[in-house]
Amino acid sequence: MNSLVLQTASRFLLPLLLLLSVVILLRGHNTPGGGFVGGLLAASAFALQAMAFDVESARRMLRVNLLAMVGLGLTLALVSGFFSLSVGGPLLKGLWFEVPVLGFDDPIKIGTPVLFDIGVYLTVLGVVLTMIFTLQEVVE
Amino acid sequence: MNALVVSPIAIPLLTAFLCMMAWRSVRLQRALSIAGALALFACSVLLFARVLDVGVLAADIGGWRAPFGITMVADTLSSLMVLLNGVVAVAVVVYSIGAIGPRREKHAYHTLVHCLLASVSGSFLSGDIFNIYVWFEVMLMSSFVLLTLGGERGQLEGALKYVTLNLLSSSLFLSAVGLLYGLVGSLNLADIAIKLGSAGDGTRPVIAAIAVLFMASFGIKAAIFPFFFWLPASYHTPAPVVSALFGGILTKVGVYAMMRVYTLIFAPVFPAAGEILLWIAAFTMVTGVLGAAAQYEIRRILSFHIVSQIGYMIMGLAIALLVLERMADAPTEDRPAMLATAAMALGGVAFFILHNILAKTNLFFVAGVVHRLRGTGELKELGGLYKERPYLSLMFMVSAMALAGIPILTGFWGKLILVVAGVRAGEYWIVGVSLGVGVLTLFSMTKIWAEAFWKARPGETEGAEPKPDDTRGTGWMNAVVAGFVVLIIGVSVFAGPIYRVTERAGHELIERAPYIRAVLDEEYLRSLPGGIGERWIEPRAETASAGEGR
Repeated sequence: MNSLVLQTASRFLLPLLLLLSVVILLRGHNTPGGGFVGGLLAASAFALQAMAFDVESARRMLRVNLLAMVGLGLTLALVSGFFSLSVGGPLLKGLWFEVPVLGFDDPIKIGTPVLFDIGVYLTVLGVVLTMIFTLQEVVE
Repeated sequence: MNALVVSPIAIPLLTAFLCMMAWRSVRLQRALSIAGALALFACSVLLFARVLDVGVLAADIGGWRAPFGITMVADTLSSLMVLLNGVVAVAVVVYSIGAIGPRREKHAYHTLVHCLLASVSGSFLSGDIFNIYVWFEVMLMSSFVLLTLGGERGQLEGALKYVTLNLLSSSLFLSAVGLLYGLVGSLNLADIAIKLGSAGDGTRPVIAAIAVLFMASFGIKAAIFPFFFWLPASYHTPAPVVSALFGGILTKVGVYAMMRVYTLIFAPVFPAAGEILLWIAAFTMVTGVLGAAAQYEIRRILSFHIVSQIGYMIMGLAIALLVLERMADAPTEDRPAMLATAAMALGGVAFFILHNILAKTNLFFVAGVVHRLRGTGELKELGGLYKERPYLSLMFMVSAMALAGIPILTGFWGKLILVVAGVRAGEYWIVGVSLGVGVLTLFSMTKIWAEAFWKARPGETEGAEPKPDDTRGTGWMNAVVAGFVVLIIGVSVFAGPIYRVTERAGHELIERAPYIRAVLDEEYLRSLPGGIGERWIEPRAETASAGEGR
């Protein structure tokens, strides 16, 4: 597709969508959001790029192979379950740490479920983009 | 301890994901794959040793207490099955180096194999009926892709039948789980066993329906009569090493699941199971072996024999269930002997599965070597292998004789235990059937021997120069075949001690109490309404008599 409006809009929308996807990923533990929705949103950003320009440019922008990204996501999700094992706990039990951050009064709570969510994010991003790119390449 | 119980699932999964990340390099994938398989094997050995040492182990995933979370349980039977999975894993991965070729390896072959291994371990270890369903689905997905990998016409045709029947099995399974959950409100196997055991007589018809649904769905997975036809239609189509993996371990998951739910949950509440399964076993044995007699392609013959061998396993389970059912009305002084017979039958099944995994996988491995050498598995086009490859022929001979049950090899011991258990239970006709099927198995193995190995190579008599053998990668393949032959002989020689272990597995299955105690803690058992959990609580200071759970 060669539409000036879409191309211009996608230049602005792409970083916004990606930023939003990360926000949704991180707020997901206690509020609506999480890795799955975040991943879908990030996928939509790259899908937009692929539609406005072409699949090749979207792939270049990603830099990583999609299959490797799915592998990385799944590995992160699994490894997040190992932390608890390493202290003798059960597989996939969440471990939480309080990290003091400069500029905040309360320490930030961070835990292994965040890693799990990042894994889900990458997996969803990789899988959805594989589907979209494959379909789009048939059209192109 | 937690880590050890989940390691047979976590290690192959991690290996699969790492192989996915290493998509660019086939060599790296191979190295990861071998390392992963070895680690799986090592952990399964440790787990098995630990279970033999301290008894049933359980681990709650995510720290959610049973019966609310998902529990992984390793008892003697499941850890033995996981150990066999580890053995097959190492063999298949090493064999693949020689056999599979980079074309399939580039398309995530190693990832799929390890996903399959993880799902098989998961099905063996899971103590939660819905979780078993999930592992079955993972297994179905990875096996479906493995089956079609390569994309030949025959493969797609076989895979279509495979996936259709297995999806049907999954939906039956899911309906059964739904009904069961509606009845008792739990998915944890140990919890279901307690609650179903104390359900009123009015629920018996529903329980019977659920039990039969499970029988059908696991029956399709295990390829029992009359659901077996998808297996011979698909198992000869993929790469030979994939056939070996499927034939060796996949159908046994169905048998294992059947053993688990029927001994733990349905034995006391669905007394007709033994009788039904006995008939199914007889038909499965006979149709499988007769089907094999009509085939003239090595892997097709072997596929039909998987079906008939499944019949033996179902026969052992059926005998055990029959004996347990009769025990309810038997005079007290007969009970210990009947318990021993039931444990013998179940132990016999476990031994038979062990034997079958070794012998059958190895026969598929040999079929793979022959396929590589000559480019075909059709008996008509083969011949002269004994003259040209005497060691391969010898190794085939050992595995085939083990499968047919020639003394002193593994199959003989496996059948002997089942036959003795059958005679003690007074089920003479099924014993007769199983012995007859043994003779026919020997006939099929002799057919392969005579056609592929013994007879002169076709075309040789006319003086035409035969096509030279393709020996690429056969070094790796032969090494694995030789390793399995050593294992078969080892198990044959040490059949006695090994049988004692499998008999212990049988006792555990019948007693049920060790399993239930390992999964559910005392506090929960006491909290159950109506005191139905009380009798499962470990009695203090007095030794529990065998079979007190009944």
